[in-house]
Amino acid sequence: MLKYLWLIPLLPLAGSALIGLIGLYRVRVIGRKPNKTLVHTIAVGAVAIACLLSLGAIHDLMSLPQDERVYETVSFTWIPATPLKLTNGAWATFKVDWAYRLDPLSAVMIFVVTFVGFLIHVYSIGYMYEDSGYWRFFAYLNLFMFAMLTLVLGNNFLILFVGWEGVGLCSYLLIGFYFEKKSAGDAGKKAFIVNRIGDTGFVIAMMLIAVTFGTLNFEEVFRAAGAWPTETMTWGLLTGITLFLFLGATGKSAQIPLYVWLPDAMEGPTPVSALIHAATMVTAGVYMVVRCNALFSRAPHTMAIVAGIGVATAIFAATIGFFQRDIKRVLAYSTVSQLGYMFTACGVGTFAAGLFHVYTHAFFKALLFLGSGSVIMGMHHEQDMAKMGGLRKYMPWTYATMLIGTLAIAGIPGLAGFFSKDEILWRAYGGGHKIIWFVAFLTAGCTAFYMFRLIFLTFFGQPRFLDAAEPAEESHHSHGGHGQDTVHGGVGHGHGVRLPHESPKSMIIPLVVLAVGSIVAGYVGMPSYITHTNLWEHFLDPVFRYQAPVSDHGGHDAASTEILMTALSVLIAGAGIFLAYWIYNRRKTQPADEQRSLGVVYQCFFNKYYVDQIYDALIIHRTKDLGTGLWAFDRNVIDGLGVNGSGWVTRSLGRLSGVFDKYIVDGAVNLLAWMADRFSYIFRRIQTGLVQSYAMVIMVGVIAFFSLYMYLSK
Amino acid sequence: MITTSHYLILSTIILTIGIVGVLTRRNVLIVLMSIELIFNAVNINLVAFSKQLQNTIGQVFVVFVITVAAAEAAVGLGIVIALFRNKEKINLDEIDLLKW
Amino acid sequence: MIEPIMFYVTAGLIVLFSILVITARNAVHCAIYLIAALLSIAALYIYMHAEFIAAIQILTYVGGIMVLFLMVIMLINFNEESRMRKATGQWKAAILVSLTLAGLMLYFFFKGGPVITASVPAAGPVPVSGNTEIVGWGLYVPYVLPFEIASLLLLVAIIGSVLLAKGKADTWD
Repeated sequence: MLKYLWLIPLLPLAGSALIGLIGLYRVRVIGRKPNKTLVHTIAVGAVAIACLLSLGAIHDLMSLPQDERVYETVSFTWIPATPLKLTNGAWATFKVDWAYRLDPLSAVMIFVVTFVGFLIHVYSIGYMYEDSGYWRFFAYLNLFMFAMLTLVLGNNFLILFVGWEGVGLCSYLLIGFYFEKKSAGDAGKKAFIVNRIGDTGFVIAMMLIAVTFGTLNFEEVFRAAGAWPTETMTWGLLTGITLFLFLGATGKSAQIPLYVWLPDAMEGPTPVSALIHAATMVTAGVYMVVRCNALFSRAPHTMAIVAGIGVATAIFAATIGFFQRDIKRVLAYSTVSQLGYMFTACGVGTFAAGLFHVYTHAFFKALLFLGSGSVIMGMHHEQDMAKMGGLRKYMPWTYATMLIGTLAIAGIPGLAGFFSKDEILWRAYGGGHKIIWFVAFLTAGCTAFYMFRLIFLTFFGQPRFLDAAEPAEESHHSHGGHGQDTVHGGVGHGHGVRLPHESPKSMIIPLVVLAVGSIVAGYVGMPSYITHTNLWEHFLDPVFRYQAPVSDHGGHDAASTEILMTALSVLIAGAGIFLAYWIYNRRKTQPADEQRSLGVVYQCFFNKYYVDQIYDALIIHRTKDLGTGLWAFDRNVIDGLGVNGSGWVTRSLGRLSGVFDKYIVDGAVNLLAWMADRFSYIFRRIQTGLVQSYAMVIMVGVIAFFSLYMYLSK
Repeated sequence: MITTSHYLILSTIILTIGIVGVLTRRNVLIVLMSIELIFNAVNINLVAFSKQLQNTIGQVFVVFVITVAAAEAAVGLGIVIALFRNKEKINLDEIDLLKW
Repeated sequence: MIEPIMFYVTAGLIVLFSILVITARNAVHCAIYLIAALLSIAALYIYMHAEFIAAIQILTYVGGIMVLFLMVIMLINFNEESRMRKATGQWKAAILVSLTLAGLMLYFFFKGGPVITASVPAAGPVPVSGNTEIVGWGLYVPYVLPFEIASLLLLVAIIGSVLLAKGKADTWD
């Protein structure tokens, strides 16, 4: 199956193109929307086949010996060989192939992307069914799959960058999917622009790599970098490259300071939030850092920054998540926080643990998002948790699956999130990064707290959506009334309250599958004190072939410490859950009460530490000021001095030459005319018009000739 | 003895009288008549030289001159009639259509 | 002795009538004087043995052209003429110029070349045949083409004068 590797990205692209062409043809030429069954058959089919091909390819890869688990296939030469002068003065032959690489790292990624992506495609059939942009949505979604698969399968930085930009584009398109809504359009633009900042870093890093190593091929770059010393004391070239790469990663993976786009990205349809902004695209930064472990591990300064930013983002986003009232925003901040975990793992040198968290997180975060989508749909497009509550009995499946996802993310033993998060915590502690461990440890408690707050507010307690009215009757909607809800705009108040309803099967089934995944996914990476060897790390070993040897701080194999750590993190997770239970279930605290009792802290958390405002004040308004200044410069100097000045000069010169023309040239002409006039005034008197005066002149002429003749013939 | 010079002097006198008539008279008809005098002065010359040179070809030319004079008179008088009909004037110093 | 007297008498009449032509106030009188002058010139032609020319002179000039003149005078009937001045404003200058020209010509005659001053036989030998025959021969043999052209000229002049005098096509019926 390995030889069909190139088909994996191509299938979604073909699906996207097909849907796009059919859709455009139907809408523009025929004037009707394409058949929905046809659309989702193409889209889901393409992703399903890609998923099966991925599984086949991974199976084939697994059957190879451990050290030979790399498969590369060159589709065509993209940039033909050109000479390139390197920084050390040597000349290299620079060449880029369009080539795909399957190794354990990309295997993990394509599995996650195609599998979770497939489930989300299926889910979207139900969720988006009533939407007027159905075909457009699936075209974008398939295009995203193509871009993401290209990103993870590319065998060099340039192809990675193609995918990198592709997912950015799709993200923009899908965030702004409801482009008729201003906030959605703004969110799309925000995501795009913030990502551009990161992408700039990535491009600079790519250029640096090209001129340093003379190639962009992963294998060649990392092999060359493997011979470089670790820049322990100095800030060298590798540190520069990795810092720029990390800037790119912060943009794509929503880390401080470029995380601001992700919460706003929740404007997009919920499946998009699940697929792009939780499970796959945002992990691209982590994937890239893991992929470049050979570079990062040789730049300890960068590693420290990565770990610091990762853990800071984790706690920062977690605290913001405390009091958000929009269900999707809570999840968005939780995503930012979890991504922080992943970077923390990378930063402390355990790339495998970071990737492990990517993998488990994909399941439970997709699950949570899809669950929240189900809630939102069941609530007739209400996202405010203050208007939910008691949904357990209306949406049992959604409740059950979301509870599993929440338990997983909170780090309850036996579920996926427990293994990965615990691995990170322990590696941070074991690696001697005590402060980082402690902050991450606190974050774990926070995570448990705010996730269970979400559960309690949404599914437990008194229903708040009913206002004062009693639930009149159990009305059972078997399927989502999506379109009509949009028209009427959320929950009707006063008369005709519409009760929440469970979502259709096409949405529930992916939820169940993901719930199962959230439970079992972690068992491939059970800690070594249970399985003797960590299977996950063993599987990924070839990826870290060129990684610099991590300095050992001891206590590495102290299983008892590891078990203690695990106990501690379970404890704090339990504490968080209990706190949430106490506050929101026992004391029945309502979202409105939070503000009253916490005051300033609440304000601070609720308003996201005013980061958006700070960015507005510091960057956006300054940029606008710069723009205004440049505009003023343009207006006053360029337009004023330059254009208008030269205009004035030209006009003055024109006026001058006009004067010259008028008085000198015209003057000369008029002078001639005047002279002709004067002379003719004299000479015209000769022209009497009288025949006899002419005859007289003739006679005078005759006399003259006569005289001349006589004078000559004398 | 009457020599050619006598005829020439006579012809000169008539010519001069004709020129004076052309140049001084206002009436266009009299101007035309003066032109006839000039023609006749020429004719006298031609006949005189014909006589002197014993060659009658000069007299042939007189016939031609008279022919031309007749044509001239016919056209000239036609012009005078047309002029008079249009302008009610036959005085040459009142007719300055040639003026600019 | 009779010959010069005849010449001078004839020449005197010619000059007298010519002067009267250009001095008479009335156009009809002018025409009459011109007829007299032309008849005198015809007499001079006979004196010069150019009988045919004399006949042509009388027939064409007096019988044709002058009748034409008189008819035009009659047609125009411009009778204000007698109350008006007869000469143009330039008459003094005109006389001066004319006399200068005449003086120059006379000076030329007397100081001129040999052809003019050569003495001419008083009366050449009388032509064998008649004057008419010789002139006719000259007209019809060596100068037949100019003769025909002259007839064409006359024809054109007649047509032209008819057109001119006729005016617009609808004025005369």
